[in-house]
Amino acid sequence: MAKLFVLLVIILGVIALAQLMRVYELSSKLTNKKENEISNRDNRLNAKLMLGFMLFLFIGFIWMMLKYGWTGRGPAASVHGEQTDWLLNLNFVIIILVFFLTNALLFVFAWKYVKKPGVPAFYYPHNNKLEMVWTVIPAVVLAVIIILGLNSWNEVTDKAKDDAIRVELFSYQFNWNARYAGVDNQLGKYDYKLNDDAANPLALMTTETIDKAIENMITGPNGIEDLENKLNDPKKVYSEEMRTDMEESLARKEQLIRLLYQMKARNTGKYDKRAKDDIITDTLYLCKDQNYELTFRSKDVIHSAYIPHLRTQMNTVPGAITRFKVTPNMTTQEMREIKNDEDFNFILMCNKICGGAHYNMNMVVVVMEKEEYDVWMKGEWKKMDGEKRLMKRGKIHEATFEHTYYKKEPTKTYPEIQAEKAEAEAAKAKEAEGEDGEEPTDGGDVVDNEDGQTT
Amino acid sequence: MGAVAHEAHGHHDDHGHHEESFVSKYIFSQDHKMIGKQFLMTAVFMGVVAMLLSILFRIQLAWPGEESEFLSFFLGDQWAPNGVLSEDMYLGLVTIHGTIMVFFLLTGGLSGTFSNLLIPLQVGARDMASGFLNMLSYWFFFISSVLMFVSLFVETGPAMAGWTIYPPLSALPTAVQGSGLGMTLWLFSMSIFIASSLIGSLNYIVTVLNLRTKGMSMTRLPLTVWAFFVTAILGVLSFPVLLSAAVLLMMDRMAGTSFYLSDIIVQGEMLTQHGGSPLLYQHLFWFLGHPEVYIVLLPALGLSSEIISTNSRKPIFGYRAMIGSILAIGFLSFIVWGHHMFVTGMNPFLGSVFVFTTLLIAIPSAVKVFNYITTLWKGSIVYTPAMLFAIGLVSTFITGGVTGIILADSALDIAIHDTYFVVAHFHIVMGMSAVLGMFAGVYHWFPKMYGKMMNTRLGYAHFWITLIGAYGVFFPMHFVGLAGAPRRYYDYSVYETFDGDTFEMIMDLNVIVTIFAIIAALGQILFLFNFFYSIFRGPKAPQNPWRSNTLEWTTPVEHIHGNWPGELPTVHRWPYDYSKPGQEEDFVPQTVPLAEGEEEH
Ligand code: HEM
Ligand SMILES: [Cu+2]
Ligand SMILES: [Cu+2]
Repeated sequence: MAKLFVLLVIILGVIALAQLMRVYELSSKLTNKKENEISNRDNRLNAKLMLGFMLFLFIGFIWMMLKYGWTGRGPAASVHGEQTDWLLNLNFVIIILVFFLTNALLFVFAWKYVKKPGVPAFYYPHNNKLEMVWTVIPAVVLAVIIILGLNSWNEVTDKAKDDAIRVELFSYQFNWNARYAGVDNQLGKYDYKLNDDAANPLALMTTETIDKAIENMITGPNGIEDLENKLNDPKKVYSEEMRTDMEESLARKEQLIRLLYQMKARNTGKYDKRAKDDIITDTLYLCKDQNYELTFRSKDVIHSAYIPHLRTQMNTVPGAITRFKVTPNMTTQEMREIKNDEDFNFILMCNKICGGAHYNMNMVVVVMEKEEYDVWMKGEWKKMDGEKRLMKRGKIHEATFEHTYYKKEPTKTYPEIQAEKAEAEAAKAKEAEGEDGEEPTDGGDVVDNEDGQTT
Repeated sequence: MGAVAHEAHGHHDDHGHHEESFVSKYIFSQDHKMIGKQFLMTAVFMGVVAMLLSILFRIQLAWPGEESEFLSFFLGDQWAPNGVLSEDMYLGLVTIHGTIMVFFLLTGGLSGTFSNLLIPLQVGARDMASGFLNMLSYWFFFISSVLMFVSLFVETGPAMAGWTIYPPLSALPTAVQGSGLGMTLWLFSMSIFIASSLIGSLNYIVTVLNLRTKGMSMTRLPLTVWAFFVTAILGVLSFPVLLSAAVLLMMDRMAGTSFYLSDIIVQGEMLTQHGGSPLLYQHLFWFLGHPEVYIVLLPALGLSSEIISTNSRKPIFGYRAMIGSILAIGFLSFIVWGHHMFVTGMNPFLGSVFVFTTLLIAIPSAVKVFNYITTLWKGSIVYTPAMLFAIGLVSTFITGGVTGIILADSALDIAIHDTYFVVAHFHIVMGMSAVLGMFAGVYHWFPKMYGKMMNTRLGYAHFWITLIGAYGVFFPMHFVGLAGAPRRYYDYSVYETFDGDTFEMIMDLNVIVTIFAIIAALGQILFLFNFFYSIFRGPKAPQNPWRSNTLEWTTPVEHIHGNWPGELPTVHRWPYDYSKPGQEEDFVPQTVPLAEGEEEH
């Protein structure tokens, strides 16, 4: 019904417009007006609108700059990020000047040189000197931009320092894990064929995981034997589609198992240690002023690790390793104070389209002071069982790590927030009228739901 | 089309008299003017579809999770259960919106319409070099449009991997449902589109090189033709690379090859593909992708050069520098593609090279802008609707171009790549500029296409709504992007979990953007109405309504086969003799011989 009504309104609207056009046509026939002859009045009107539009554009821009600042991300929280921001600001100054200057020239000319009866246009086909000037000036400015930019780029993409801690960020639809290299600061080897969602989600390579993978591939659910049995069972009837799926899956597994046997044959157990002390978490904990070499890996499709506050971004590419070095120089707590927001957290968001829940693929990033970080790290070590404890540096102290960084679930939709805001304002207005002295309550208590860390 | 239908009979031209059937005249026409109009009609339809799709997902972004009758009306229960857009369909809408806008509206529509219409008319040829191939080019375009449109109605949805369809996402139906049949249709549609574009481009190139009339040297060509010419060359050199990218992707999808796939586990299933590289696809894609953005933009710049010069009643400033910049842009556009890949893991040294070449391209772009501005200086500007749109184009070209300088700086791109800042950049510099240029072209050459005049007042209203609406949509996106908001997010509730203030800012701006988008979209009704109404009922056009110099205005208003009755015109001068001192009128058509002692320019 409502749709019908809307349709009706649209049709009526078009008919009305058509009638208006008829009237317009008749009247322009009477006055002998031609569409291609623009009256002076129309010319002047549009010229003024050009100037008006320029003001709208400029004032709108300045207003937004004042209201929103030019980066809603807050100050950079990493060493190279400060450099980035400095350069970004410099470039912004340049391009904003160019933006104002050239747009102003354009619109002012558009306004000023509108046709005036009796004043002919100035025949001015070219001027080589002038053209030279505006080729050379941009070239010089760009040269400066290029040199500064490349300097900075070289620094950012340079090799990590020797003391950098290695952390791997592992991505999959639709979540992230962090893997710390452990005491030896060497990340264990991996091979995607060793993946076991429950026991070895990051597909690390040790003698045991190879054996386990072979076993799973053969005898596990939907393993080779299982599939063969299903396919050969005369009592079971499958749809055409299911059958082909199963056959294809079986063919793949038969191929993969050969590769696994090869891997087993080549394996000497030499790298087991490297993998065994790796720590896996689902929050990225970093230590302030510590150099890090982050490497990135993907299980399925391309994702991108974007940490806006650290000015860090790198794609994760299936079948390849990518890297990025970063040195955080501000703790979460410090940023909370700057932002004056007790709930603030650094965050890593997926920034490459990767499927339906792309928008929901993120990981909290926590930057801590050294002392706090050490306590956390020791707690992680302790959680590992005895055999995995390969620490050479001293004993593990009893350590408990209590933190307030947690991953909140989004609780409110935007309309709800708007409604709340409106309510709060209404309450304030009421208060201002002095009707009652009751304090507006906001939010209620924050629930402290510590996230369990998987190891 | 009315005028054509009634008045085209009984024409007398070199080809002699032959009756045309309805089919050969309107459907399988080989006449470049009709083919141009066919391209335009198809593109207008596709453009309306793509615009509607964008309104659908903008509603979700501004009012996430709110029930909307509008959404359930268009998307039904499957894609908008309870009137809330589904996550998957959000990606589907974004993907098809981008694809249609870039390829079908701004490549097929813009080049197809105006190259076809204007190249023969402005170089003084009776038709394209090959009328048959030209017809084929349109029908391929038509088929690919139909396929792309149909893919919206597939049960598993249209392609959902973004308009750049990066594999592995686009290769694995289990990763996202749109990578099933929807993606297959996308790939077939685009392959046919590429064939269409290639045939068309080859035709344009041959026509410009071989069929220029007597006296029409390359340096007397209008800048429109120069722009179409270079655009066609870009297309011929780059589209085949996209085709190969698409073919390899099809093989990965259907034949189990591993060009782009390596070591993947998706939905619990371990794939055997090993050794492929997703980056290979990105290189191939952007090798087309970057020239493509100039394929979109150059024709728009060409059209506006012509329009600005005509309506300022002044020669275009620095004609040779303009040609030089078109050539420089064309050349450079082939060696900058890596700026889309700074953070993909590409070798950083390679990144530095692309920084350098990308920033070089800003120089010819700047030259063009300054030349436009100088053309206006001391002009005698007549505000036809086309002129308004052309000036709008220069403004958006500036506004969008300057942010390119930030993005081209790889060190800065790290912080803003794939955020709304990029979305703002390319919508302003490419989307808006090209769309404004296309509108300018339609208003300016409508009399040539249909023999009728469009309504000027409606044109004014349309322009101002469009300019304000579009700036209102895309300008705030810079701020959203600088706050770090990633693009292609279904909603931004994640911000609420870590930074409430920024969340509110993003949401405020998203509402503003959507409201402007709706205003701008409604504004297009004015255009559609004006366009179709004028085709049938507009006042008859005079032969040279804008008092212009180029050859197309020497042809009769009624379309005839072969364009000129009798002999082809002879050209004696460049096309920009406006307000030349010592001349009676403020324009001197190219067919007027130089007076004794007159210098060419
Ligand atoms: C001054 C000249 C320009 C420079 C330096 C420049 C630079 C860039 C850079 C570096 C990017 C990649 C940004 C990123 O993904 O992080 C980009 C994106 C883009 N640019 Fe430009 N640009 C310029 C002009 C243009 C023009 C004239 C057009 C179109 C006609 C254009 C269209 C695009 C498009 C479509 C994208 C985004 C593609 C995507 O990721 O979906 N740019 N530009
Ligand atoms: Cu992702
Ligand atoms: Cu590009």
